[in-house]
Amino acid sequence: MRGDQINLQNVIARSATTVPSPQVRHGGVEKVTKLIDVSVCIGCKACQVACSEWNDLRDEVGECDGTYNNPQDLTPESFEVMRFSEYENEQGNLEWLIRKDNCMHCAEPGCLKACPAPGAIVQYANGIVDFNSEHCIGCGYCVAGCPFDIPRISKKDNKAYKCTLCSDRVFNGLEPACVKSCPTSAIMFGTKEDMLDYGAGRVENLQERGYANAGIYDPAGVGGTHVVYVLQHADKPEIYSGLPKDPHISPTVELWKGVTKPIMSALLGASVLAGFFHYMIKGPKEEPEDDPDPEKAAQAREIDRREEDRP
Amino acid sequence: MTNHWVDIRNADVVLSMGGNSAEAHPVGFRWVMQAKNQNNAILISIDPRYNRTTAVADYHAFIRTGTDIVFLGGLISYLIENNRYAQEYVREYTDASLIVREGFGFEEGLFTGYNQQDRTYDRETWNFETDEQGFARTDPTLQHPRCVFQLMRQHYSRYTPEQVENICGMNREMVLRLWDLMAQTSAPDKTMTILYALGWTQHSIGSQIIRCGAMVQLLLGNMGMPGGGVNALRGHSNIQGLTDIGLLSNLLPGYMNLPSADLQDYQAYMQTRIKQPLLEGEVSYWKYYERFFVSLMKDWYGNMATADNNWCYDWLPKLSEPIYDVLYAINDMTEGKANGAFCQGFNILAAFPDKAKVFEGLSKLKFFVIMDPLTVETGEFWKNFGEFHDVDPSQIGTEVFRLPTTCFAEDDGSITNSSRWLQWHFKSAPGPGESMTDTTIMGALMLRLKKLYQEEGGAFPDPILNLSWNYRNPAAPTAEELAQEYNGRALEDVLDQEGNVIRPKGQQLKDFSELRDDGTTACGCWIYSGAWPQEGNMMARRDNSDPYNTGNTLGWAWAWPMNRRLLYNRASARPDGTPWAPNKAFIWWNGERWVGADVPDFPLTSPPSAGVGPFIITQSGGGHFFAAEWLNEGPFPEHYEPLESPINRNPMSPTNALAMSNPIARVFERDRANFGSNEEFPYAATTYRLTEHFHYWTMHVRLNAIAQPEKFIEMSEELAEELGIAVGEKVRVSSKRGFIHAVAVVTKRMKPMQVDGRTVHHIGIPIHWGFKGVTKKAHLTNTLTPFVGDGNTQTPEFKSFLVNVEKL
Repeated sequence: MRGDQINLQNVIARSATTVPSPQVRHGGVEKVTKLIDVSVCIGCKACQVACSEWNDLRDEVGECDGTYNNPQDLTPESFEVMRFSEYENEQGNLEWLIRKDNCMHCAEPGCLKACPAPGAIVQYANGIVDFNSEHCIGCGYCVAGCPFDIPRISKKDNKAYKCTLCSDRVFNGLEPACVKSCPTSAIMFGTKEDMLDYGAGRVENLQERGYANAGIYDPAGVGGTHVVYVLQHADKPEIYSGLPKDPHISPTVELWKGVTKPIMSALLGASVLAGFFHYMIKGPKEEPEDDPDPEKAAQAREIDRREEDRP
Repeated sequence: MTNHWVDIRNADVVLSMGGNSAEAHPVGFRWVMQAKNQNNAILISIDPRYNRTTAVADYHAFIRTGTDIVFLGGLISYLIENNRYAQEYVREYTDASLIVREGFGFEEGLFTGYNQQDRTYDRETWNFETDEQGFARTDPTLQHPRCVFQLMRQHYSRYTPEQVENICGMNREMVLRLWDLMAQTSAPDKTMTILYALGWTQHSIGSQIIRCGAMVQLLLGNMGMPGGGVNALRGHSNIQGLTDIGLLSNLLPGYMNLPSADLQDYQAYMQTRIKQPLLEGEVSYWKYYERFFVSLMKDWYGNMATADNNWCYDWLPKLSEPIYDVLYAINDMTEGKANGAFCQGFNILAAFPDKAKVFEGLSKLKFFVIMDPLTVETGEFWKNFGEFHDVDPSQIGTEVFRLPTTCFAEDDGSITNSSRWLQWHFKSAPGPGESMTDTTIMGALMLRLKKLYQEEGGAFPDPILNLSWNYRNPAAPTAEELAQEYNGRALEDVLDQEGNVIRPKGQQLKDFSELRDDGTTACGCWIYSGAWPQEGNMMARRDNSDPYNTGNTLGWAWAWPMNRRLLYNRASARPDGTPWAPNKAFIWWNGERWVGADVPDFPLTSPPSAGVGPFIITQSGGGHFFAAEWLNEGPFPEHYEPLESPINRNPMSPTNALAMSNPIARVFERDRANFGSNEEFPYAATTYRLTEHFHYWTMHVRLNAIAQPEKFIEMSEELAEELGIAVGEKVRVSSKRGFIHAVAVVTKRMKPMQVDGRTVHHIGIPIHWGFKGVTKKAHLTNTLTPFVGDGNTQTPEFKSFLVNVEKL
């Protein structure tokens, strides 16, 4: 069940669905939030490793690109990465800003709005936005819909993946794996209210230590997020390896959601029907024998890339 | 650590110097963050690089590698001259008032008694002036020109802020700023903790750097205080246990010494080890040395050890060299003086300097046994791994045996952490395949050796044939049996001074206060006595209650000595027995005895009025600024340049070539030609490890490999521009001893420094990646490092040497 939804009756929003969400089991469910305090993070990557361990992910062994970033970007098999940036502040002093980058679990998730596959993306009553990969069609609209550039499409199964906020752990009363592994308590987990309260204390501490612009990153443009940051320089989130200053769901996605999507869905349905009738009438397409199987060719290229022995 | 991990949270200033605690000790670093966030502490990071610790530090200063004594010596002078030291503490709790023997002196970088021929000192004058009773003369006003305080003041008056700037390459305003911050902790209600690691240890002057840190803490009154101390963050989970149990070649368990060859006579040996008080009424705990020693010999040789045969003293090996350290052993191998070697949990080819020399040594052995859970580089030194280890197996005659061992989680036992805690752990899974525990292998080996000696005789069979070996299964001693053995037991009824039985025959001892020198007790490691008393295994305790809210959890595991968590804790109270400050209250005199949050490091019922000094292990009862004859380079730490220095003189002693580098550093004849000059190799290099990896082990683990897959080196943007190297390009780094290839991490976190009239660039070289494991294959970093060690411990100088860098 790892990574899958645990209780469908707790789903409050579902992609590409007009059927109403279950309404009954919302009593007492509080919104959860993960707080990442960049000012306490030492960049040890324990969270990154714990994430892979819990989610049974084993990415490729990559290479060094001349920085400490590794893996260098999110992948379908790396749900989070640490991003290191060297920033010279106004006083000319160096700061090494290390940000844990993963899904922000927006209250108004752009991925969910953009997704055309019914039920492939869901939002639970506790605020977690989860990918239900079984229903994913790999169209990549969630990638376009995300203002934080989080989802990645796997070449292995052509499905989208991202951080689940360890929805499986959270549903069982545990904190996400990254939170549990953090040695310096830079990653905290609790109700949104508690985390904002805790974060306010941290911001006050940082301001006393001379970070006048310290603050909490909980961007309103996406309705707030269930992953929030404590930043030393909340006025310049972009210095933290490009954290967007004022993230919004792209207007195209809003338009898609409002107007185009119903039409497109109807057209999509029509084309599927047309294809069905075509098949029924004309039968399967006959491939010439020397025509390479595109799927096998793709597999072969993948094997070449990894320099593995062919089976 | 004099203090312990959790205690860091009590600090007001955390000085991270000679270590990168966030990088190498991320889990323990939580206590630093608690000090910052809950005790509003200031974190200062001083390092050649802006590193992961610096990322969360309040202040940071770049320092040229190997120059820490200059910064600390300057601080000592600053504290004294500006009257910013803890006066009462220094007067009452240190050796400041002791008068040093006439004739002691220091000139042009050398102390009195230097013998240039054998690079040693005659330490005759390095001692205190004594009266007729043998007690040291003192001047409590600290004015006598030969009292320790005045000598120290004079010695460090040469360490000016100008010299610090000139030698360390640190901006003078920053130097003074940092000194001011540290000086604030001389107040009774403020403490500074020093966290150091191999960045202090791995220099040719490593021991003296650490001592200099200890002197600063004494001056500030931070020793014995919660949130204070000098705290070594050990690099392996059980390396504290290694030295405790006496695995260094010149030690016996519990920091007793193996005798040198000139001490063939037992009484002569005892005279050198038993330390009588230097001041009247002081404890001087080493005066009990014979109790510890006799009990050890009774443990090893049982009934064979008697007073008549001096407890089998003749069976102990006697050292013909001061120390048979690893460098020495490797050198012997290269000279064909060693036939075989056992390597237990030690990847020596990767972990020791000058890989080419280590390889040569291993190649000249007849047999070599590697005991390790992994297939490490050392076990396959004879194999060709292409460009990364290009050797010809047909030219190597060494027969290699691999004995796979279990990992820590596949065995019971105790691990001693940096806090001196012995924490018991339980086997959680059986080892894979044919692996065996180390003790099973050692047990079987012992029995076979014994059998061979029985059947075939030999040059000196007695110590083997008579060794006590009373385990239920002699081929596999258990962790419980060994632990009970190091705790010690009563061989006869143990009596107190009145003749009452305090420990009946056959019982486990309560602690080392029950040890006797008459052969009635046996104890395998006196400082561990108390870990497994009659009540059972103290190390397995897991009660974390903290009744005084000091972070001192006396019911959690067990700490040596005596379950004491904070060494010298008597010094946390004023001479009158009250705490220095309410927020630093730790132990105090309640009118009848010493009580508080810890096991007092003091005679429990000795009243403050008796005036016994708080450092009961030293001869004077005080903390020692003056090391007397205990260290090889001299009684006061003095700066010497690394054996390979980026500058051409020692600015502290510019006119004396003998004082350029450590005058007593041991350099083997054949290695003399293997040191490079700064003309050929212009950059100061330093090596270190990264959070993502543990030495060469985690190269074998996929997730660690993903997190840091490929060998890199770090350099400043300025140097990269000068050499035309872009971020991520491949470079070749070479020293006089060889070269490696790596990716260039070009960073703002390193800066060129102005040192003694020239620009010095640093090259940072992580130690990880080799030709085994699942990371990208690489040359071993220790191809580059020099074959020289610290003047006292022979710990290799991994942190300061010279390299050149070229774009590939």
